[in-house]
Amino acid sequence: MTPLLEVNSLSVAYGAIKALHGISFKVMPGEVCTLIGCNGAGKSTTLRAISGMIKSSGEVKFAGESISGVSPHTLVRRGLCHCPEGRGVFANMSVSENLDLGAFTRHDADIPKDRERVLTLFPRLRERLKQSAGTLSGGEQQMLAIARALLARPKLLLLDEPSLGLAPQLVQTIFQIIREINQQGTTILLVEQNAHMALQVAHHAVVLEVGAVAMSGPAKELAASDAVRKAYLGHG
Amino acid sequence: MTDLLQTLVTTIALGSLYALIALGYTMVYGVLKFINFAHSDIVVLGAWTSLVFAGWFAVGEGAGAAAPWWTGGIVLAMAMLTCGVLGFTIERLAYKPLRKAPRLNVLITAIGISLLLQNSGQSLIFGPRPKPMPPLITDRPLATIALPDWDVNLAWYWLLLIVAAIAAPFMVAKAKWAARIPKWAYVAGPAAVIAGVLLLNTTDGGGQRQDVKILWVDIAIVLTAILLMVALQFLVYGTKLGQAMRAVSFNIPNAALMGINVNFVISFTFVLGSMLGAAGGFLYAIKYPLVSQTADAGWVLLGLTAFVAAVVGGIGSIRGAMLGGFLISAVQQFGIWGVKQMGYDNAPALKDLYVFAVLIFVLLVKPEGLLGRPTREKV
Repeated sequence: MTPLLEVNSLSVAYGAIKALHGISFKVMPGEVCTLIGCNGAGKSTTLRAISGMIKSSGEVKFAGESISGVSPHTLVRRGLCHCPEGRGVFANMSVSENLDLGAFTRHDADIPKDRERVLTLFPRLRERLKQSAGTLSGGEQQMLAIARALLARPKLLLLDEPSLGLAPQLVQTIFQIIREINQQGTTILLVEQNAHMALQVAHHAVVLEVGAVAMSGPAKELAASDAVRKAYLGHG
Repeated sequence: MTDLLQTLVTTIALGSLYALIALGYTMVYGVLKFINFAHSDIVVLGAWTSLVFAGWFAVGEGAGAAAPWWTGGIVLAMAMLTCGVLGFTIERLAYKPLRKAPRLNVLITAIGISLLLQNSGQSLIFGPRPKPMPPLITDRPLATIALPDWDVNLAWYWLLLIVAAIAAPFMVAKAKWAARIPKWAYVAGPAAVIAGVLLLNTTDGGGQRQDVKILWVDIAIVLTAILLMVALQFLVYGTKLGQAMRAVSFNIPNAALMGINVNFVISFTFVLGSMLGAAGGFLYAIKYPLVSQTADAGWVLLGLTAFVAAVVGGIGSIRGAMLGGFLISAVQQFGIWGVKQMGYDNAPALKDLYVFAVLIFVLLVKPEGLLGRPTREKV
């Protein structure tokens, strides 16, 4: 099986500072792959480089084709959708308009059906469709960001820190939904600081340390390994 | 009375013109967060290209002579098209390479483009002398309203009272006890004061009956401006492209992640703003038919007045620009009227003073403008 996403020696520099030193990994179709690591390890940078938001060197292949240098808006059309850190909801628009933007690239007749599907997934959003997105709570904004990304019907969904700043109970809900989305057939590349939760939903995990891959393998094996337990899961 | 009503007519006509021009400033600020100082020169070119195109349709000189009514529409469309293309070119060549540069660099580039347009227009294309705009619209009035010969005579302290009545709600709204005042009082209170002052100061004008004239030109200006603004409102709030424009204006990288072609949307916004500016130039030229040369200081002030309208309405806000246009025009025209009432004959020469006084006032009391959204500097 060809991987859905293949990253080969990807490097990114912010000015003179190198943020990624040639990392490589693969995401297979249908799986949840997670990138874990500390602050500044280069997790978000990796996602930004993949979706074309920042310049990078090295090779990124999506569904077998190279997507290096392809602009972010074209990638959305091809089925690669990036749900950015900090949610990126449009606070100047209503929840409903935000969802419309998610389906911006689509012209098919299935949009109302998909909208119904994500509103079933996030009933809270249905109650607030007319409300301005800026007035939602952090958790609701996160739900909106994920719902909006799903409306693009991505083959691959890049999720950046979906649990950031959320109450523990909400974190549970969000991860439950991530699992559900995956079971409905969307491949997910998940960036998380909450390694504990991430390793529970993921099939495959990549550990980043200061811009390089420190470890990678099946999520279960990594969750059991001593190094990961010590550094990221807080078990002595 | 006559003066007052004539001032009102002028206010509405000029207000719609300022609003059109202000829209260009506010839209570009909305997507790119810089003040396009070359916008006033697009307005000038709108006026001059209208003059050139109107020359093709000209039908002799003389009182009341004018081309058929639809030529105005064609000239307007041609001027808008030309300026749209120009706006597109300017954005591509001058601003796009600076997309990631600090905003100050873009601002300086805009001033450079402005000077380039002014001087090439003056010395290469249109010449250094003012030219008359061929008549496109009859100079006969649509309606003449005869009024009783009352006259309002205000002394400066009465005028001060009016200004205070308008300013008071803005001041009071900040106080802690403001919540106890009913909302309608904010409008009704000042309105009552102004009406009272006018009533108290109305005198017999001395038997000179004067007429209020509503010119066809004014009607054309208001109708064209309203038509364009309604169309813009529909485009921005009723279409997918408009939604993309609003997304880009909120956050460019995130808009791109929605699959929006950001470069296209920015170019489109520029073209749209330039076309509205061209319409403003066209309307200005039919209202004031002696078109000044492109580097004339009067144009700069016209642009600045519209810019003040955009800031007062809330820069970045489309509805704010429309509101600001009418508001600034009212301040300007009623300022002229009021100062004239006080017996100062040179009142029109001070018209920009009133406008910038309002700018300073708004920046002090509500810096984000009337309909703008407040921005917080994050530290």
